[in-house]
Amino acid sequence: MTRPLLDVRHLSTHYVSARGARVTRAVDDVSFSLREGETLGVVGESGSGKTTLALTLLRLLPPAARIVAGAIDFEGEDLIQKSDTEMRRIRGKRIAMILQDPMASLNPLFTIGDQVAEPIRVHEGVSRRGAWAQARELLRAVRIAAPELRVREYPHQLSGGMRQRIVGAIAISCEPRLLIADEPTTSLDLTIQAQYLSLLRDLQRAHDLALIFITHNLGIVAKMCDQVAVMYGGRLVESGPVAQIFDAPAHPYTRALIEAIPRFGDARRRLTAIEGQPPDPANLPAGCAFHPRCPAAMDRCRAEAPPEFTPAQGQTSRCWLSSLDGAA
Amino acid sequence: MAPVLEAEHLTKHFPLKRGLLARQVGVVRAVDDITFAIEPGRTLGVVGESGCGKTTTAKLVLGLETPTAGVIRFEGRDLTALDADGRRAYRRSVQAVFQDPFASLNPRMRVEAIIAEPLVTNEVLGAADVAKRVARLLELVGLPERSAELFPHEFSGGQRQRIAIARSLALNPKLVVLDEPVSALDVSIRAQILNLLRDLQAEFGLSYLFIAHDLAAVAHMSHTIAVMYLGQVVEIGEADTVAGAPKHPYTQALFSAALPSHPGDKREEVIVTGEVPSPVAPPPGCRFHPRCPHAMDRCAVDLPALLPHAGRQVACHLYDGGAA
Repeated sequence: MTRPLLDVRHLSTHYVSARGARVTRAVDDVSFSLREGETLGVVGESGSGKTTLALTLLRLLPPAARIVAGAIDFEGEDLIQKSDTEMRRIRGKRIAMILQDPMASLNPLFTIGDQVAEPIRVHEGVSRRGAWAQARELLRAVRIAAPELRVREYPHQLSGGMRQRIVGAIAISCEPRLLIADEPTTSLDLTIQAQYLSLLRDLQRAHDLALIFITHNLGIVAKMCDQVAVMYGGRLVESGPVAQIFDAPAHPYTRALIEAIPRFGDARRRLTAIEGQPPDPANLPAGCAFHPRCPAAMDRCRAEAPPEFTPAQGQTSRCWLSSLDGAA
Repeated sequence: MAPVLEAEHLTKHFPLKRGLLARQVGVVRAVDDITFAIEPGRTLGVVGESGCGKTTTAKLVLGLETPTAGVIRFEGRDLTALDADGRRAYRRSVQAVFQDPFASLNPRMRVEAIIAEPLVTNEVLGAADVAKRVARLLELVGLPERSAELFPHEFSGGQRQRIAIARSLALNPKLVVLDEPVSALDVSIRAQILNLLRDLQAEFGLSYLFIAHDLAAVAHMSHTIAVMYLGQVVEIGEADTVAGAPKHPYTQALFSAALPSHPGDKREEVIVTGEVPSPVAPPPGCRFHPRCPHAMDRCAVDLPALLPHAGRQVACHLYDGGAA
């Protein structure tokens, strides 16, 4: 088997308050790996640490955050050991990111052409004229009609769906190996979301891109991803191949999440609600963070955080029920 | 059963003004000739993308906007014909829960005052009676009694939405307008609120006008589904019928764009091109024709009428016998 493109080992990122008095374990001992051309969905609710995880991979954390442990092996190099200058050469070139709100990631004062051409000029050292020519090609690749005209326009002249496609064009401009998309379609309408997802899939196939989808939406995972990683309270509570996780979730939280979404043709079924609410990341429950809401909680769950078990081939679960000695 | 609320040929055009003298240069056809009815104890779900007019429809029903044309009848009586007492009674009977529970609750009021406000302004009640009613409402929505003493910021999003629901129920309404009531909530909380809304409907025989972009949630909650596109209803019928076998090409595209609930759930993908045109200058004929995969010559000319077909009503030339 070939080496993975990205191999994250025991990664922990904590936020430390000004006087160091309070520590928030936003990402706690997270491990996963991703192969070329593969798609991973990172699922979690607000405060689960999924966005902090994405920012850690790109080393774009706010000053209060510290990567306290772990390794991010990307194409054989540990990103945590890189200097800021080296990271700048990787970001936008070998790893690109798409954020949720395209209006916030585009500069309102520059034309579309300038913004799509910028990474090509910075990373590839191409002339302005050459970069603009490439920008027009990229707009065509993300299915923007009349790219010759659009390159001269400003973000406010475009619709939300078009803006998000521009952000996609910027992301793929330097042919990255890995694309991280943080809730890329949340602000889009359904038919526009469908267009965007099919575009992302085509781009992925054309460039053999690895994709990480950060999302709260299991539907996106079911539609787009090969692998899924479920986060809760900063920990990766379950991971594995998508079909396997949907069919046989090992962790009670994953199972509850899958049963909580309404499905077509089940209007008579009562939804399985998860009682309580997601924990405050600054004040996580002791032991397993899910235990106060877990229907299967045991004494051990309240005291000891479960390590990563392997309930099935390729699947991990942080739940005592997944251990061999189970309820013991 | 006689409907609680009927809308007939309901239309709302907003004038579009430009320049210093605010000359009217056109109209935004937010809602254009729609007809629907909501029966007691039932839910009408309205789906559609941004700009389709679903929120304007909600505002018309809530009396926050006056229709340009058409009538709304509540329990058989035309709203425009109501006197002051009648309008007051109508406003008590129709309540709303909005999307963002962080914006819809006054941060400076205690929960008790928030829930009691409709009671205090509409009924003559002593303080003890108000407190009793508030306690009962909190119990109904599954919040502890001591919540009454607290401020909204002390609650999570899901709990705040429970407070908003308690407030909407304070005056024993007949119809509750739910405008995206769960889209701001975490996935694990959505099911709690949807279950609560269904329980309350069963207990009090409430009617809901449920507006959401999550199609599976709408199909789950609704008895009837209306699909709107650019201010018009393109398909309306029993929820199972419309969601199970959509007929209008737009409904088909919309439901095929809905995300699957399982990776093995492969559906035929109908990806429509283009975007929703501006409601200022909607396309002539059928408003969906520029994006429609089945568009014919007459679609660009004739606006199709909403006609019965296969157990629902659909506005499309494919089904009105003129396809040939």
